Amino acid sequence: MMKWIDVCAMEDLQPNSGVCALVNDRQVAIFFIPKETQVYAVSNYDPFSKTNILSRGMIGDLTGQRVVASPMYKQHFNLVTGACLEDDSVSIPVYSVKIENARVLIGVEENS
Amino acid sequence: MKKTLVVIGNGMVGQNFLAGLVNSAIKDHYEVITFCEEPRPAYDRVHLSEFFSGKTAQDLSLVPENFFQDHAITIHLGDKAVKIDRENKTVTSEKGLVIQYDKLVLATGSYPFVPPVPGADRANCLVYRTIEDLEAIQAAAANGKIGAVVGGGLLGLEAAKALKDLGLETHVVEFAPRLMAVQLDDAGGAMLRRKIEGLGVTVHTSKNTNLITDGDKCVNKMCFADGEELETDVILFSAGIRPRDDIARDCGLEVGPRGGIVINNQCATSDPDIYAIGECALWNGMIYGLVAPGYAMARTVVAELAGDAAGFTGADMSTKLKLMGVDVASIGDAHAKTPGAMVYTYQNGATEIYKRLVVSADKKQLLGAVLVGEASGYSTLLQYCLNGIELPENPDALILPHRSDESVGLGPDALPLSAQICSCYDVNKGAICSAVESGCTTLNALKAETKAGTGCGGCVPLLKSVLNSELAKHGYEVNTDICEHFPYTRQDLFNLIRVEQIKTFGDLLAKHGNGMGCDVCKPAVGSILASQWNEFVLSEEHLGLQDTNDTFLANMQKDGTYSVVPRITGGEIKPDMLIVLGQVAKKYNLYTKITGGQRVDLFGAKVDQLPNIWKELIEAGFESGHAYGKSLRTVKSCVGSTWCRYGIDDSVGLAVELENRYKGLRSPHKLKFAVSGCTRECAEAQGKDVGVIATENGWNLYVCGNGGMKPRHADLFATGLDKATLIRYIDRFLSFYVRTADRLQRTSVWMENMEGGLDYLKAVVIDDKLGLCEELEKQMQYVIDTYQCEWKTTIANEDKLKRFRHFVNSDKTDDNVVFVEERGQIRPANEEERKHFNLLEVAE
Ligand code: SRM
Ligand SMILES: Cc1cc2nc3c(=O)[nH]c(=O)nc-3n(C[C@H](O)[C@H](O)[C@H](O)COP(=O)(O)OP(=O)(O)OC[C@H]3O[C@@H](n4cnc5c(N)ncnc54)[C@H](O)[C@@H]3O)c2cc1C
Ligand code: SF4
Ligand code: FES
Repeated sequence: MMKWIDVCAMEDLQPNSGVCALVNDRQVAIFFIPKETQVYAVSNYDPFSKTNILSRGMIGDLTGQRVVASPMYKQHFNLVTGACLEDDSVSIPVYSVKIENARVLIGVEENS
Repeated sequence: MKKTLVVIGNGMVGQNFLAGLVNSAIKDHYEVITFCEEPRPAYDRVHLSEFFSGKTAQDLSLVPENFFQDHAITIHLGDKAVKIDRENKTVTSEKGLVIQYDKLVLATGSYPFVPPVPGADRANCLVYRTIEDLEAIQAAAANGKIGAVVGGGLLGLEAAKALKDLGLETHVVEFAPRLMAVQLDDAGGAMLRRKIEGLGVTVHTSKNTNLITDGDKCVNKMCFADGEELETDVILFSAGIRPRDDIARDCGLEVGPRGGIVINNQCATSDPDIYAIGECALWNGMIYGLVAPGYAMARTVVAELAGDAAGFTGADMSTKLKLMGVDVASIGDAHAKTPGAMVYTYQNGATEIYKRLVVSADKKQLLGAVLVGEASGYSTLLQYCLNGIELPENPDALILPHRSDESVGLGPDALPLSAQICSCYDVNKGAICSAVESGCTTLNALKAETKAGTGCGGCVPLLKSVLNSELAKHGYEVNTDICEHFPYTRQDLFNLIRVEQIKTFGDLLAKHGNGMGCDVCKPAVGSILASQWNEFVLSEEHLGLQDTNDTFLANMQKDGTYSVVPRITGGEIKPDMLIVLGQVAKKYNLYTKITGGQRVDLFGAKVDQLPNIWKELIEAGFESGHAYGKSLRTVKSCVGSTWCRYGIDDSVGLAVELENRYKGLRSPHKLKFAVSGCTRECAEAQGKDVGVIATENGWNLYVCGNGGMKPRHADLFATGLDKATLIRYIDRFLSFYVRTADRLQRTSVWMENMEGGLDYLKAVVIDDKLGLCEELEKQMQYVIDTYQCEWKTTIANEDKLKRFRHFVNSDKTDDNVVFVEERGQIRPANEEERKHFNLLEVAE
């Protein structure tokens, strides 16, 4: 069962950039594209540098994929699948996210 | 019905075989089952030593995620095949499984040979082959001081490096009279020995170990045939490998007199339904202890099962590696065993370089080579050797240092299409050319398409030169577009922004680009907008354009914390200001260091601490040092005429003035200045983008110097200037650079790529050849007039400060940031130390 956790208001998001939320002890990076009212949520943990920083990376698209670039060593992660574009053996967790009544909600599996 | 294919051993070659199989049509005809004795599927043994530098077993894995599931391959992890019944065609495993096979592939690899020395089974006597071995070595080293490696071959030296890195006093004990006896000749071995001893490893050659027994000071003592002894805590055996052929031997397959499962050119054993590949296989009397030949065997068996007539016809054993930072390479017949072979050697005692060429009697063919200390010629020589390319008239030119511009390298065009470029994945030049033709125009695309360059990486330089030459031949213009979002160069974008008065990235993208942008074009455009319009970089429209450092106005460090660098103009600072720096550093427990740019860097600030730290600094009168921006960094000064008995003019005064004038200017790359008070040049101005030196006749201006990766001495641009002229020239010079350079191009590289070079630049800046000077000066004046300290603006703006928190929804900080103390200050905990904290949130 998916449970939605309220993490912040829409206005807490950074336009065309990211913030990090603490969701059930997990660090979740949330990115916001105001033009499309689109939000993405992925793990904040960068497996290459082993630091919690992805929310501070730049977002954009590469070959049609929505990506965030790690601010440390610049690997790109697909915001939808979590796959790393430079190394297909690496991927990061992605989270369900939605906006409801101007609040940002992150979906987590119950009992996980 | 599907047939059953069983693979025994999931090591490097076994896995490579499976990977080849799933890419081939015959996979559909087989049910595939593999036995893997180790507790984890195949990993990269070639890079095993990186386990010690922090790579995990996961990092070293060679198996893509879900590989076995996705391809419906059954893997029995931690289960060893113990018996083959050839009559009933079954394999029995240790755990009792009995599997019927139609075809069987043995990929059991080899084991490290431990010489039968009494005591070789004592505590801390270890080998170097598996991840478990490395864990045992790590544990043993943790309680020891001295380590010895038995065997001075390739692997032995790699193991020695590992011991050294683990902090042990390290010895290498070799039976032969020289190191790397297989690959090197005496002189090469001696040179290598000198270099390795220079690194603090003790080498003992011609040493035969008779006995290992209790040590007096250490856990073990090695006793040698010549009566000498060596006390050591850890002993690593690296005295060669032996094929793991037991299971084959027991079922009656033919094995060689000194071991190894005999195979033919199809890699079939004496039983046509059983193949052997990798280090367990004996082909033509040879065991190949390298991974590339094993991969070639794996390909052979895949082709054979598919009914293709490929055959294994031997493999090249040439190698190039870096052993403890020393380049060593050996090609072909390094020992000149070919009848009539002639030898050229080059030895440079001063720089410790040794090179040897072995050529045929007619001096036309390269038979072999040895390189120690400098191996950049390896790929060229290897191509001569493998492809039988005729040597130049004086073959020694290939190993003599070229001190003129004359190039003796073998251009990629000289290679035949059949030339093997990547030996790990057996990719020849022909395959690369066709990949380029079918649209792979970048190195990454080429790697993805052909796999070339994705193994050991040794072939990448050659791969790149083939790519470039092919691109040129096909008339591809080397693409100068900044990235996939804009079909323009940085200079084009600059002009578009200026002429069309574009103020935001969004507008530029809508008018001239496509997609969303990326981390290449966004910061580049952000920089252009800033140097044109100089708006607040964190305003809503610009925020997403800034590289991380710029968004948080601080430099990100390896652990995700930041550094704080306040401006200290010209390196001049009042005692009270210094005290403030000390107080702030102390209050926030920041690591404090004097930088190479004459100022102070405070490290270890968490993102949520930055505003408070800066508030205190700004209240005390500091401002941003722009250490995070592609902008002016420092203007270094020497003390100059104010104090120095030789000083001709006030270098500190000018440095302060210049730094205040150009601070905050956004440019294609960072800018560094220096001002010296006389020609003794204590400020090192001739290594800076802009350098000024005082003379009796006025200021001398130097431009386009660079330290860093490729140092460049600055060029003298104009002499005997008064201050007003000096500043006018610098204004124009900088504006012209900002306008025309490529992204991330320092002034040095910009100038070197400029048609007409220094003379042209002088014509533009001094003689106003383009009639641009007035505009260039105006542009600079605008930037100067609109300067703001970004930190000051930021802390005055509640809304902007919201960003400086680790979590939007909690006041907690990142518990993954851990410091330890060293020399009385904090530093980030290293991997080893972090294990005690268990804080890493490991990705699921
Ligand atoms: C802090 C400092 C080292 C120190 O402790 O002394 C330093 C630290 C860094 N340097 Fe540097 N460089 C520092 C002086 C230098 C100098 C010496 C100088 O300025 O006189 C040089 C050579 C001079 C030159 O640039 O021509 C230097 C050449 C580089 C380069 C190579 C540039 C090149 O053109 O080849 C890089 C890489 C780059 O910029 O792409 C670099 C990049 C870096 C980065 C930004 C690397 C990174 O991305 O993390 C480091 C981060 C700094 C930080 O977090 O604050 N740093 N770096 C020095 C800061 C000086 C200051 O006060 O601003
Ligand atoms: C530290 C180190 C550095 C190296 N550096 C290089 C280098 O720079 N370049 C290079 O070319 N080569 C290098 N090598 C050699 C390279 O690793 C080997 O050539 C390669 O691993 C051989 O592959 P393989 O599959 O034949 O054997 P392995 O990789 O050893 O795989 C064999 C596997 O089969 C398993 N096995 C054996 N018997 C059974 C059984 N009965 N049932 C089930 N499983 C079984 C073993 O446990 C093992 O996992 C290096 C090796 C080491 C140890
Ligand atoms: S030299 Fe390298 S390691 Fe040292 S500060 Fe500069 S960039 Fe960092
Ligand atoms: S030769 Fe090893 S990757 Fe190409």
